[in-house]
Amino acid sequence: MLENFGWLGTRDHRAPRPAGADPPLVQFALTAAALGFLGLFLFLPVVAVFAKALEKGLGAYLAAISSEEALAAIRLTLVTAAIAVPLNVAFGVAAAWAITRFDFRGKQALTALIDLPFSVSPVISGMLFVLLLGVRTPIGGFLAGHGARIIFAEPGIVLATIFVTFPIAARELIPVMQASGRDEEEAAAVLGARGWQTFFRVTLPNVKWGVLYGTVLTSARAMGEFGAVSVVSGHIRGLTNTMPLYVEILYNDYQFAPAFAVASLLTLLSLASLVLKHLLAGRIESAAPQEQAKSGARMAA
Amino acid sequence: MAEPRIIRNRRVLPGLGLTLAWTLVYLAVVVVVPLSTIFFKTATLTGGQFWAAVTSARTLAALRLSFGAALAAAAVNAIMGFIVAWTLVRYEFPARRLVDAMVDLPFALPTSVAGITLTALYSSHGWIGRWFDLIGLKIAFAPPGVVVALVFVGLPFVVRTVQPVVEELDPELEEAAATLGAGRAQTFVRVTAPALVPALLTGFALAFARGLGEYGSVVFISGNMPMRTEVVPLLIMSKLEQFDYAGATAIALVMLALSFALLLTVNLLGQPGSRRLTA
Repeated sequence: MLENFGWLGTRDHRAPRPAGADPPLVQFALTAAALGFLGLFLFLPVVAVFAKALEKGLGAYLAAISSEEALAAIRLTLVTAAIAVPLNVAFGVAAAWAITRFDFRGKQALTALIDLPFSVSPVISGMLFVLLLGVRTPIGGFLAGHGARIIFAEPGIVLATIFVTFPIAARELIPVMQASGRDEEEAAAVLGARGWQTFFRVTLPNVKWGVLYGTVLTSARAMGEFGAVSVVSGHIRGLTNTMPLYVEILYNDYQFAPAFAVASLLTLLSLASLVLKHLLAGRIESAAPQEQAKSGARMAA
Repeated sequence: MAEPRIIRNRRVLPGLGLTLAWTLVYLAVVVVVPLSTIFFKTATLTGGQFWAAVTSARTLAALRLSFGAALAAAAVNAIMGFIVAWTLVRYEFPARRLVDAMVDLPFALPTSVAGITLTALYSSHGWIGRWFDLIGLKIAFAPPGVVVALVFVGLPFVVRTVQPVVEELDPELEEAAATLGAGRAQTFVRVTAPALVPALLTGFALAFARGLGEYGSVVFISGNMPMRTEVVPLLIMSKLEQFDYAGATAIALVMLALSFALLLTVNLLGQPGSRRLTA
């Protein structure tokens, strides 16, 4: 059934529809309302971040983002993403392969379970790991006895980040792999390719933009997660702060300009992820009709 | 969890065992085990303790604010999100693609950044807040601030759910209605709107669910005054900070049950756009 979705990709989503019969006055009013609303809620905040960040001048801005604590926060943010993203993208590929290439009972339940972390509040996500691995719990107590602190330390931040970013890559890859179909892989297998050979020579080239798309979305979320890591971080200054947590600490210290300076880095990061996301979405869409044309031709033959 | 039984036996492709085992083990370790702790923890509470935690005056005030603000924000988003989606699909205007891309900003922007920025904009000295201050309306550090934050985080859910459905509307249906003598307004009410209602409801439910659980953008703008501007995730956080894990768990369980119920409703509404809502 999902294969039928492919034809959607053949139409150019960027081209505007004929305006229908909406009277010009209605068009003007709706466009003004939409742009006014987005201007107020999306564009103005972005402008405000940079305006506030540069309020005390460029020198103060650079000092704020290159302080020892800021650099520690940037480092922890990058380390966290470097651990969480590959794990979750690899999981996404494995899950998408199992779900789109085979039929088995319980598939729907499996997909529902994969989506589960999306519906858990960030604070509750963090709390789960405090309940599971806090020093007062059996596992956490045992680990602490052996000198391994998880909660209120870096490992807790990594675990919470893995949890909240868990479904993203899988969710993006399942439809992409579904659309690319299993015909080419079955052909490769029939022609004698071994499993890994098929995967690296046929599957991966077909879905590479999807993998990259999932990686971008997972990274953006991993570097920006706040609520869940806030619960498990314990707020130890300079030691367990990711960038979003450091923003909070500065802000609560009334150091507004430095807070917005670090926030501006995160804003740049999220703007970059939006640009990448749109470029990749275009790639995936323009790849889809080709696949469809191929499978259509095959069916006709 | 039992290994799902394989129905399709004539398989050409290898790798089911490996990928499925990996998927299940990783899923169990990362999601199922952590999530199950909340049920084990709740099981250690007596019914009385659970009831006391969930129905204390402070919890009820937080639930009331969370529900009220999330509903109000989802309603604003349902209306404005529909207008944005309609405008983006049907009309041509300068920088349309840039605007389209920007709609995802609330997904991409860390919530702490959104929180401090909205607070700065809507406080009584802020670029927007000062105008409301003139008419005596306080937004930041008051309940309206919570609604503003939830409108921000919820907007893309409605737009990205409704947008693909507007794209798929068959213009011929509207043309047919027009040919048969319907006015533009009549066509919209009788032909277009019914096709959009399921997507709008789904977007509304997703924005509402997100609003109920939202923490980062609310924590700064609300002011966190117990009984007045404390939403449920903030209440859970403050219970955790006081090491009242039992109380926090009881409230969290109620919230989880609510979001799962909402998610189930969304799935029953069964609509095609939801896969664009991941980040």
